[in-house]
Amino acid sequence: MTRPSFVYVTYIATTAERLWQALTSAEFTERYMFGRRVESSWAVGAPVRYWGRDGKLSDSGIVLEADPPRHLVFTWRVELDDALRAEGYSTVTFDIESLGAEVKLTVVHDDLREGSGVLQGISGGWPKALASLKSLLETGRPLAISAPETAAAGEAAAIETARAAR
Amino acid sequence: MDDVFKALADASRRLLLDRLRARNGQTLGELAAQLDMSRQAVTKHLAVLEEASLVVTIWRGREKLHYLNPAPIHEIARRWIAEYEKTRVAVLADLKRALEEREASDD
Repeated sequence: MTRPSFVYVTYIATTAERLWQALTSAEFTERYMFGRRVESSWAVGAPVRYWGRDGKLSDSGIVLEADPPRHLVFTWRVELDDALRAEGYSTVTFDIESLGAEVKLTVVHDDLREGSGVLQGISGGWPKALASLKSLLETGRPLAISAPETAAAGEAAAIETARAAR
Repeated sequence: MDDVFKALADASRRLLLDRLRARNGQTLGELAAQLDMSRQAVTKHLAVLEEASLVVTIWRGREKLHYLNPAPIHEIARRWIAEYEKTRVAVLADLKRALEEREASDD
């Protein structure tokens, strides 16, 4: 049995339904995932696509398990970069657990190769995206985050976020 | 947030986080084997780290795996380091690391 590469847990003062919506709808993901709009019917077997601000396909996969608003599993492949694309599919799992006034979100990323570029991107990307998601759900405002890929891209994203906030 | 600072205010617990940083997803046995600590002490420290959500666990088969969860530390950093300051803070950290590495290799 393989061991997951990453497990992230964050507690968010919201409901399971709202969190599910935030993870699965483009209007939300656009605001906390570095401008990426997600597209999927979220039925098992359906494609999952993340589109960048420039209209290019950023990441893609297939829904493996879906039990709204508690459990979602899909495959994930980075499409933007040939080298990262060649690393193939990894697996993302979202688990949502209601705990009174808060929900616990657990993100597990499996099947990433040791030392892979995707692994590096994710270790910078998920914590930022999740912190911004938490802020968005709790305050209505995402955080001014920059994408982790490159310094130049990060700066562009920060400028864009600042512009959007005005 | 009190939980996080309390959990971090102990060298053994910081060492456990370092070990998970080096290799994420270890069992209690694997962690205890690398440290000069009893299994019971490691269990106790891990419980404090879990309470603060700095360590999270998942089961894979019969193995309970421990992961470093960066979310609470990320939230602390966000509270006191503004986005536009990040680059400058990173430059200082890089400078410190470069200088200290050189001194270490001079010894």
